[in-house]
Amino acid sequence: MELVLAIGIGVMTGSGVWLLLRPRTYQVIVGLSLLSYAVNLFIFGVGGIKRHAPPILPEGGIADPARFTDPVPQALVLTAIVIGFATTALFLVVLLASRGLTGTDHVDGREQSK
Amino acid sequence: MSFWSEHLVIAPILIPLVVGAILVLLDEKRRVAKSMISVLSTLALLVVAVQIMRYVSAVHAPGASVTAVYMLGNWPAPFGIVLVADRLSAMMLVLTALLALASLIFSLARWHKAGPHFHTLFQLLLMGLNGAFLTGDLFNLFVFFEVMLAASYGLLLHGSGPARVKAGLHYIAVNLAAALLFLIGVSLIYGITGTLNMADLAARIPELPHENRILLEAGCAVLGVAFLVKAGMWPLNFWLPPAYTAAAAPVAAIFAVMSKLGVYVIMRLSLLLFGDQAQESAGFGFDVLLYGGMITMAFGAVGVVASQALGRLAGYSVLVSSGTMLAAVGWGSTGVTAGALFYMVSSTLTIAAFFLLIELVERGQDAGANVLAVTMEAYGDADEEEEDDEVGVAMPGTLAALGICFGMCGILLAGLPPLSGFIAKFAMMSSMFNPAGLGSDLAIRPSAWWLVALIILSGLSALIAMTRAGIRTFWASIEGTVPRVLVMEMAPVILLLFLTVMLTLEGGSVMAYLEETARNLHVPQSYMNDVMSAQPIKPQEGGQP
Repeated sequence: MELVLAIGIGVMTGSGVWLLLRPRTYQVIVGLSLLSYAVNLFIFGVGGIKRHAPPILPEGGIADPARFTDPVPQALVLTAIVIGFATTALFLVVLLASRGLTGTDHVDGREQSK
Repeated sequence: MSFWSEHLVIAPILIPLVVGAILVLLDEKRRVAKSMISVLSTLALLVVAVQIMRYVSAVHAPGASVTAVYMLGNWPAPFGIVLVADRLSAMMLVLTALLALASLIFSLARWHKAGPHFHTLFQLLLMGLNGAFLTGDLFNLFVFFEVMLAASYGLLLHGSGPARVKAGLHYIAVNLAAALLFLIGVSLIYGITGTLNMADLAARIPELPHENRILLEAGCAVLGVAFLVKAGMWPLNFWLPPAYTAAAAPVAAIFAVMSKLGVYVIMRLSLLLFGDQAQESAGFGFDVLLYGGMITMAFGAVGVVASQALGRLAGYSVLVSSGTMLAAVGWGSTGVTAGALFYMVSSTLTIAAFFLLIELVERGQDAGANVLAVTMEAYGDADEEEEDDEVGVAMPGTLAALGICFGMCGILLAGLPPLSGFIAKFAMMSSMFNPAGLGSDLAIRPSAWWLVALIILSGLSALIAMTRAGIRTFWASIEGTVPRVLVMEMAPVILLLFLTVMLTLEGGSVMAYLEETARNLHVPQSYMNDVMSAQPIKPQEGGQP
């Protein structure tokens, strides 16, 4: 399970970084989205991978810490998802504005001279 | 404590949040009402910030500092979220409020009409800045950072135009990537130490087992990179000069304090987490800051000399200022930190004043005014001329006033006597050469010579560039068009420069405050104790919370 998660995060980060460095705005935004998915999974993984363990204490306190998930990373992931979503949407608007103003989807606003 | 002083610490976050929300609801046509509300809110922020500063600088016992801790959910520190106001945060709050007031008044002359929701974005930017200065835990730092960044994206694009959109596109992409690094760093730190509270983190780091330290240091390094992007350390700063040049003048002025937020966080976390008490990890990253800061200064100094446009000159001055601060933090001694804090206040005020001044000076050369006219047209603002008359009277003796302000900016940036830029640089250099006070024969660190040389050379390059630009602007103009400058636009510039004069005259008491601040930063035990021992408020009899 850890291996699958680690490979997943690695592949997404790798593709995200590659896309982020591409010259088209669409590639950049997809790269940023992939990176943010990878980071969200990473934060989630920091809390440890457990199955059938609620992040809520049973009545009467903790019986067995192994049957309990840390709720903090989950809360962090939720916040990170919301903020990432909002900023990506904002970036999309700027991307469209740039396309409209310059007539090209190159990140520098003009095609590279050949 | 009374109700008001108890809740004073959260006011710098609540006031702009509420005001920003109210301003969204008001129609764009009611500009006067919006401006009034915005100015009142910023004035209130200034009053609150000064009150907080007075509260934390009150000396109750010698050597003991006061840290105001505000528990947001009334839970004690490592479990609940806390706001912490100490001397450094209070100083940053006052600085932010002063800059905000100046750039807001400046924007009222014309810039706030160049696009929708200027005041809302401005207030939310202030909320993010104040929150980031006050927060006591890492994740809230992220949240406030994002609030600030989201508002800054909007403000950078304020006024629109291809140049701004292009700079904005780069700025947003760089900052989104930095935010992701921030998250990776925070989650690594949480995974190792199990806490996000800064004070708790500082207490846990010395007890970490050896094998976990590599991961912790990696986490802190990743986190540091995110802030160094914001602060503009070479080679993470190529986005900064174009973005700051493209921004509207009042926006660029408030952005000057935004770069200092990156420096603030680096300073706070480095000294808190990796001070002497961190044992094995003590001093982690300080060399990177010292040498990185020095390279940034050199890069900025070359950029300043190479700049043709005034806007770029100011952008590179931001880098010189950040580089000096980072190198001083990396130096890691109390005296240098105190001098660096003085330098931070002085250079932030100067650069903000300079950004505002550039707009006025360039108006005479027509380039800036044309762009503004076009954007005004795009928003269908036909009655611009009439409103200009309402807003204020044209300034008499404009060129003389502009020239004097320009000269003062030059002196401040170059660090020449008699103004505060000189005192700041002198304070830093003097404690580098005399770490234990005058007369002691402690060996001078070899890097001191490099750092001092860079501080002086960066001042020299600022002097050359400012002289050249000044001659070209004020003496060699062939057409001789006198820019039409309103008193209202000149007043904020004069206010900011007057503050640097005050900083010079009151140098002794300001330095005393900053030396105490630096001592608290380098020996953070009282900060940690105050945060960790703060007690939640007991519910009173009769159900009153």
